[in-house]
Amino acid sequence: MTAVFEFWLVTYKRVWRGSALSTFVLPVLTVLGFGLGVGEYVDGGVEGVPYLDWIVPGLIASTVMQVAIFESTWPVLSNFNWVRTYEGQAATPVRLDDILGGNLLYVLFRALTGAVAFLLVAAVFGALHTWWALAVLPVSLLLALAFAAPTFAYSSSVSSDSYLALLFRFAVIPMSLFAGVFFPVESLPVGLRWLAYASPLWHGVDISRAATLGVPAEWSVPGHLLYLALWAGGGYAIARIRFKKRLVV
Amino acid sequence: MLTLVLPRLVSFEGGGRRSASVTERNVAALKSAYWVVLISGFFEPLLYLLSIGVGVGGLVGDLTLPSGQVVEYAEFVAPAMLAAAAMSGALSETTFNFFGKMKFMKLYDGVLATPVRPFEIALGELAWAMVRGSLYSAAFLVVMFALDLTTGPRALAAFPAAVLVGFAFGALGMALSTFMRGWQDFDLIGSAQFALFLFSGTFVPAESYPTVLRWVVEVTPLYRAVELLRGISTGTLGASGWLDVAYLLAVVAIGLAVASRRMATLLCK
Repeated sequence: MTAVFEFWLVTYKRVWRGSALSTFVLPVLTVLGFGLGVGEYVDGGVEGVPYLDWIVPGLIASTVMQVAIFESTWPVLSNFNWVRTYEGQAATPVRLDDILGGNLLYVLFRALTGAVAFLLVAAVFGALHTWWALAVLPVSLLLALAFAAPTFAYSSSVSSDSYLALLFRFAVIPMSLFAGVFFPVESLPVGLRWLAYASPLWHGVDISRAATLGVPAEWSVPGHLLYLALWAGGGYAIARIRFKKRLVV
Repeated sequence: MLTLVLPRLVSFEGGGRRSASVTERNVAALKSAYWVVLISGFFEPLLYLLSIGVGVGGLVGDLTLPSGQVVEYAEFVAPAMLAAAAMSGALSETTFNFFGKMKFMKLYDGVLATPVRPFEIALGELAWAMVRGSLYSAAFLVVMFALDLTTGPRALAAFPAAVLVGFAFGALGMALSTFMRGWQDFDLIGSAQFALFLFSGTFVPAESYPTVLRWVVEVTPLYRAVELLRGISTGTLGASGWLDVAYLLAVVAIGLAVASRRMATLLCK
């Protein structure tokens, strides 16, 4: 598995400069434009904290989701259909779990760097209230896996990349807009509220918010972790079946 | 420039007909899944409007425009979403897709073997981007009207303005694409687009920016587009609207001129 992970790191070495720019610059822009800009107009903040501090943990979780899902869509489809990297790996002594796990490790690594970058930016803006904020990092890993594993299963099942665009349009963007990142879920109408609660993102947002603000989570933390673990485990199991079907002859 | 563009847009002989063929090719090449992507593209600005305009609007409350008029936050954000949607719609078609067709699919090498010339390809592709963008704009304006964020006559007046915004960004995107070396460069366009999206008076009035930033923002195309559309949809448009229109027309003209020139050097070797 480490060999496969190493392989992805080596390919990342070629392009890391470009991604470093967007990993750091985009959080700064969002914090400035949205947190400070709109925050100025939110009188009294949200739930007693300034708007900027309130959305930062949500933005971190949302960034983790976007990195995790992006790295599990086009790259995976391309590794199957276009570049056929997986076929090459399957022809070596590397096992199925290594191919899948090694690639997932790389996705987690990318998501973690995104979370670290955002956390640093947030610290500079004074949006972190306690040292518990560091707990956001392990949570981000679990959250990333809860998104990446099912997305691997999805990307290895669809026939064309148009379906990947649909995933973003109907799952990723709605989640990032309505799962409690920019405004409390409680202000949604009841039906939509339950959709938001069902999304893995909301669970990640709630724990992260509790961690950076040093307040109790709205729901139980073990419950959140268990729910995310279910997505991760279930996603991995399905992805494994799909990978086996396509790679093991 | 206008004397060069207009006759070709209007007449359906010669150049106009050949540009239209380029557009028709795009329609003929649509596949089923792509249709869904195309149609669902409309939902994105709507979701943003509901989340930011209504959701965050619940936290922000009402805003006072520079003119002194007090508007709901959703009323304030909606025209900006319209402008941003026109921008991203036009850019996605004229940067990513256009570049792919030119560099990797080598589509235009084939097209150039016919009587179609580079300028006509640029025009035809732009027309296609505009068909797509205009449909989104029209649908969004209907939603704005339905949610009572603008009035019927204002929505009608905003439509041609939204199309103009799409044209400006389409031409700009096409010109930029001809300078791209590879897919990595598109990260830069993406980041720039995101920065424009955040800082063009989209979510807060530009008056609240620090002075230096404000002057930078004033000259960016998305800010001018937001100003124009917001002026129309809230009914506060002053004489500066003509300045916005002139600015956007100039972007169209320059973008098209650069794009066709660069394409001629890239393709006709």
